[in-house]
Amino acid sequence: MRDSINFLLAGVGGQGTILASDVLVNVGLALGFQAKQAEVHGMSQRGGSVTSHVRWGNLVYSPLVGAGEVDVFLAFEKVEALRSLQQLRAGALAVINLEAIQPVTVTSGGQLYPSDEWLHAAVEQVTERAAYVDGAAIAESLGNARAANVVLLGALSALMEREGLVDAHPATWLAIISERVPAKYVQVNRQAFEAGRRSVLPVA
Amino acid sequence: MIKLLSGDEAVARGAWEAGVAVASAYPGTPSTEILESFAHFPGVYAEWAPNEKVAVDVAIGAAYAGRRALATMKHVGLNVAADALMYASMTGIEAGLVIVSADDPAMHSSQNEQDNRTFAKFARVPCLEPSDSQEAKDLTIAAFGLSERFDTPVLLRLTTRICHSTSAVELGEQIVPDATATAKKFPRNPAKYVMVPGNAVKRHPVIEQRMRDVAELAESFPYNRIEPGERSLGIITAGVAYQYAKEVFPQASILRLGMTWPLPERMLREFAAGVERLIVIEELDPFIEEAVRLLGIPAEGKSIFPLTGEFDPRVVRESALRAGLLPDSTRVPLPEVNVGPLPARPPVLCPGCPHRGTFYVLNKLKVPVNGDIGCYTLGLIPPLSAIHSCGCMGASIGVAHGAAKAGSPERHVAVLGDSTFFHSGIPALINTVYNQSPVVTVIMDNRVTGMTGHQDNPSTGRTLQGQQTTMIEIEPLVRALGIKHVKTVPAFEVDQVEKTLKEYLKLDEPSVLITREPCALLPEGRKRWLPLAVIAARCNGCTLCFRVGCPAILKSAEFDERTQRPKALIDAALCTGCEVCAQICPREAIEFRPAEN
Repeated sequence: MRDSINFLLAGVGGQGTILASDVLVNVGLALGFQAKQAEVHGMSQRGGSVTSHVRWGNLVYSPLVGAGEVDVFLAFEKVEALRSLQQLRAGALAVINLEAIQPVTVTSGGQLYPSDEWLHAAVEQVTERAAYVDGAAIAESLGNARAANVVLLGALSALMEREGLVDAHPATWLAIISERVPAKYVQVNRQAFEAGRRSVLPVA
Repeated sequence: MIKLLSGDEAVARGAWEAGVAVASAYPGTPSTEILESFAHFPGVYAEWAPNEKVAVDVAIGAAYAGRRALATMKHVGLNVAADALMYASMTGIEAGLVIVSADDPAMHSSQNEQDNRTFAKFARVPCLEPSDSQEAKDLTIAAFGLSERFDTPVLLRLTTRICHSTSAVELGEQIVPDATATAKKFPRNPAKYVMVPGNAVKRHPVIEQRMRDVAELAESFPYNRIEPGERSLGIITAGVAYQYAKEVFPQASILRLGMTWPLPERMLREFAAGVERLIVIEELDPFIEEAVRLLGIPAEGKSIFPLTGEFDPRVVRESALRAGLLPDSTRVPLPEVNVGPLPARPPVLCPGCPHRGTFYVLNKLKVPVNGDIGCYTLGLIPPLSAIHSCGCMGASIGVAHGAAKAGSPERHVAVLGDSTFFHSGIPALINTVYNQSPVVTVIMDNRVTGMTGHQDNPSTGRTLQGQQTTMIEIEPLVRALGIKHVKTVPAFEVDQVEKTLKEYLKLDEPSVLITREPCALLPEGRKRWLPLAVIAARCNGCTLCFRVGCPAILKSAEFDERTQRPKALIDAALCTGCEVCAQICPREAIEFRPAEN
């Protein structure tokens, strides 16, 4: 188990990055770390890019992670994954959601949305420890597309376990997630978390 | 009990623990959550004021009446409230008064990045700066103690990174000092509270002496502290920059200032004498640096670290490396990767935004539009491209009037929202009547303060603490000011908006168009969401609907055979059914909502 972990979450306003980072910072605290979180959401409600930083450590000063010092990356959207890629430490863990949210600069402007091949090639230049997850499809198969962020958290927890970064029981995560979603959605979010884990971990 | 709190939540908690009875604010990122959070504590009074000056006057009134009071705002709000801060400094108070300024280095959602510590010096009041959420709470409580002990308002200066970062806070009990537990009879003390020249002249030396007294206390203020380290490098720092200094220079000696005005002279001299090289790490202005150098202490600051923008560990480390303060081995490499050109993702007006149709019309009419602060500033973004100036809250109407008086050859349109109109638009509108200019003012009334996240305002009929109240109607108010040409039009009726604007642009006197429709993200707006669809057989890829700049309108993979251009496609997950695009489509290729019964 590492003595400090720097997380970066990147997505688009409305994708649930704030809930995900809130869960992450609280999991860190539950594991006995000092934990801090910083988010940039000034105008994110209007469809802009959103990033959130979470840090776990025995002693954490800065709430922000410096570029090049990200150990674990959770990207909710493909262009946002690319936009933040340079923030990662070489070999960082990455969970990348295979969702494309086309900005207006693409839909009504002349800019191009990059291809999946381009995304994979760029990620490979930075790390081989990346997991691609179709969070929306998995969440929809469970009957609630809005649980995609929890699918991604499940995948992240499994990847961190698989790569030996952290030894947290899924129950620790699930307890914190359950406190943060309305009671009637607790069950679907539990399923979403487990499905996210299965998408990364080989079936035992 | 330990809880993770944002800096804003921690200030609210601190205010409650300190027994604040009255809090007033105007919303503004990154300060908004302070009052939203404070309003939920039992037994407190919290309100949204129409603007920051009113908020500070309200807090002053409460503090004169003997109850602890709080006013919160973003940094530019203190410009609006500066008049109130200045007289409150002169009079002092009966019970603690704390004014929170949330500065926004890097301008995540602001028009400038002014450093409001200068206001503390200017106004002769103490300035406290927390470095994390725990200190945000602790310094809020300390600020009330200072305020009462030295008979002064206290400025609590936060920054975005403090406001919107979360860290652990030890929660305490509420301790209301007996002296502020109930309102006292309003003081009959004109020598202190009536600032006519004869009284003010006597107060000025008093407040100058007060600041000398606070400076003396600063020498032993527990949040000013020396953390001894190696003698080779000494760092003076404050606020969130302290965290970056600890991160990047773990071995250095550090003087951490929790009070950044006035400064502890003896402590600074003692610290400087004990280190070989002295640097100051502070975001934005060289506020501490200049004060230190005025004492004759050699210190470096802005010659090493940036004057603009926000710091983070990388900014501090890279600056230090360039100045030779760190060995090259501490450099953090960035991964070598070519991510290629990426499409920009600017914030945009949401799908279903009631402002969109009006901006489409304004763009089409090619008139100069003087804008204001709110969601509708996003009318600037292509393809709407319909805002030509935007400076501060309430500026739109005055700027349009001034341009008209200067002989600007075109008719000017001023655009502002309902909350901004109440904030500072009304006096400027009065000016267009009093001094007669043909400015067309468009009040985009979406029934809420939108940009900061749906706060109530004088037009919503609800208060911050959820009480029903008088809903102030804009149209009768505008008429009462003497505007003869006023019309309220449903914001989604694009034809009516265009027709009215064209009519008003021909007038030689002031006019007001109110475009009214609740924000699409409000619960009542959401209930009406119903996605529309493109009838592909009718669409010929003319691209006209793309010009409304709606995130829900996509380019289809299907091309029109004749024009060889992509057809339009509506993303059903995003479309709310506002019908602006359907009204614009010349081929009736976008289906309207079914008629409502």
